[in-house]
Amino acid sequence: MSSKPPKSLFTYAVFYLIFLYAPVMLLPLFAFNDSAIIALPLSGFTLHWFGLLWETKALHEALYNSLLIAVITAVGSTTLGIFAARAAARYEFPGKRGIVGFIMVPLVLPEIIVGVALIVVLIQLGLSLSAWTVIIGHVLICTPFSIAILQSAFNNMDRSLEEASMDLGENKLGTFFRVILPLVTPGIISSLLISFTISLDEFIIAFFLTGTDVTLPVYIWGQLRFPARLPAIMALGFLMVSLSFFLLLTAEYFRRRANRLTGGHSQSNDGIFQ
Amino acid sequence: MRHETPSEENPVKPWRKLRFFPSMQPGGWSGLALISPPFAYSLLMLAAPLLLVFLLSMWTQNYLELDRTFTITNYKEAASEKLYQVLMARSVVISVIVTIVTVLLAYPIAYYIAFFGGKRKAIWLLLITIPFWTSYLIRVFLWKVILGYNGVVNGSLLGMGFIEEPLTFILYNANAVVITLAHAWAPFAILPIFVSISRIDKSLLEAARDLGDGPLRRFLRVTLPLSMPGVVAASLIVFIPTVGDYVTPRLLGGTDGLMIANMIQIQFGKANNAPLGSALAVSAMVIVASISIVFVLLNRRFLKVKG
Repeated sequence: MSSKPPKSLFTYAVFYLIFLYAPVMLLPLFAFNDSAIIALPLSGFTLHWFGLLWETKALHEALYNSLLIAVITAVGSTTLGIFAARAAARYEFPGKRGIVGFIMVPLVLPEIIVGVALIVVLIQLGLSLSAWTVIIGHVLICTPFSIAILQSAFNNMDRSLEEASMDLGENKLGTFFRVILPLVTPGIISSLLISFTISLDEFIIAFFLTGTDVTLPVYIWGQLRFPARLPAIMALGFLMVSLSFFLLLTAEYFRRRANRLTGGHSQSNDGIFQ
Repeated sequence: MRHETPSEENPVKPWRKLRFFPSMQPGGWSGLALISPPFAYSLLMLAAPLLLVFLLSMWTQNYLELDRTFTITNYKEAASEKLYQVLMARSVVISVIVTIVTVLLAYPIAYYIAFFGGKRKAIWLLLITIPFWTSYLIRVFLWKVILGYNGVVNGSLLGMGFIEEPLTFILYNANAVVITLAHAWAPFAILPIFVSISRIDKSLLEAARDLGDGPLRRFLRVTLPLSMPGVVAASLIVFIPTVGDYVTPRLLGGTDGLMIANMIQIQFGKANNAPLGSALAVSAMVIVASISIVFVLLNRRFLKVKG
């Protein structure tokens, strides 16, 4: 193929990026805008809305709940992901495609269905809603992402390193903890970060399954109805964008390091969607 | 003595490996043992609950009591009530439009990155995913700011003198929902298409050129058919979850843009009729699954091609 892209295609790519970034670009504008109304034209610069966030207690509680849920979800789904990814990358067993496919189903299931299904069970069992019920749902939807990330880490691993360890007298468990795990650690960190981010942002399941422990997105949802609260929400959004931007870059850094460590080829397309 | 050599047509099955190499680890059992915790979790937290939803959809709610006699009343109500018909049809139509718009917009980008990305492919892909790691709720809300009466679009168009009055057809209706969802699902469409275009053997394109195909024919006869697996995957990844979207129709759809997920939530919440809500959920799942299966079958001749 010729290496010169047609000019029209490049122009299209630039416009598409503008379309993708349009909403996010507005966040800093309104987060620092000295007006109670979210509309153009902008007035002066202010840090007032960030100060307001600092004083809102309900927000802090929601943030605490969300962080707790996200941390437990990340650990849970990554643990399940390690089991599934290792099994899928290393072993052949009957029914493999079906089992792995079934575990990946939440990837294409509308989240409202997951929410509905879990709430039906909880009602029938007479259990009360809490942070734990949200965690159950979040682990379910995050595990497929963990598997996808970890599977590429396990796949890229050089099998001979494992064999060398066995030859040198380590048993299977020793090999797993002293050779395999260190090699896929970057993949594990990347999986932890991705599932943490997904859980932190997930709304519908949390909306269905949260009891009195409101999560951050559920709190935001409640605030969106009150125009007076919106500027503070913009400030909050700006902080969250900055945080997830940082987390994403960190995850990407570790994913690449994983590829280098395991001796795999660093392809640009072996991300979470392959 | 028969020799069995692994080949394309006759791969060595795990149990055969055991018989021929008795000293080998029984990898099949190790694999099954390893995958059982996540599998058990999915069975317990997904399959069982879905089964219960199905059961519940055939029970009836009498105020506070749940009547556990089997009946298909809920499905009859879901199918005959005008409101549910409208919401279900609208959800499917909006999702189909969103899917077409998203995939059509995504294809050129995926094509551009795959063929002309060069060494910057990874950076392009990262650039595309970054905006989507921001709060979904806030992103959807920001579209309200962009499309609103005093919004960014109207403000700029008024300012530049293109329009006299603010446009009103872009907020609180199905258009707003389509624009916002096409934005929300963009990376999920771009990435699978990108992967399948990247896998195309470039020598096929050269062959087509040598045999006299122009750029357009080459695209239509080589690139497009070979990238169809990515297009099909992208379409399903966008279509299936979109039917169940709750936030966007609620924030931007107005009354004409509400979708089935909003009604399911109402049944589980305010209306306190979980069985009817379950019936609506099951119906939605069945409709989505049927459309997806038909779509895959229609495209099956493209899916067999190995790039």
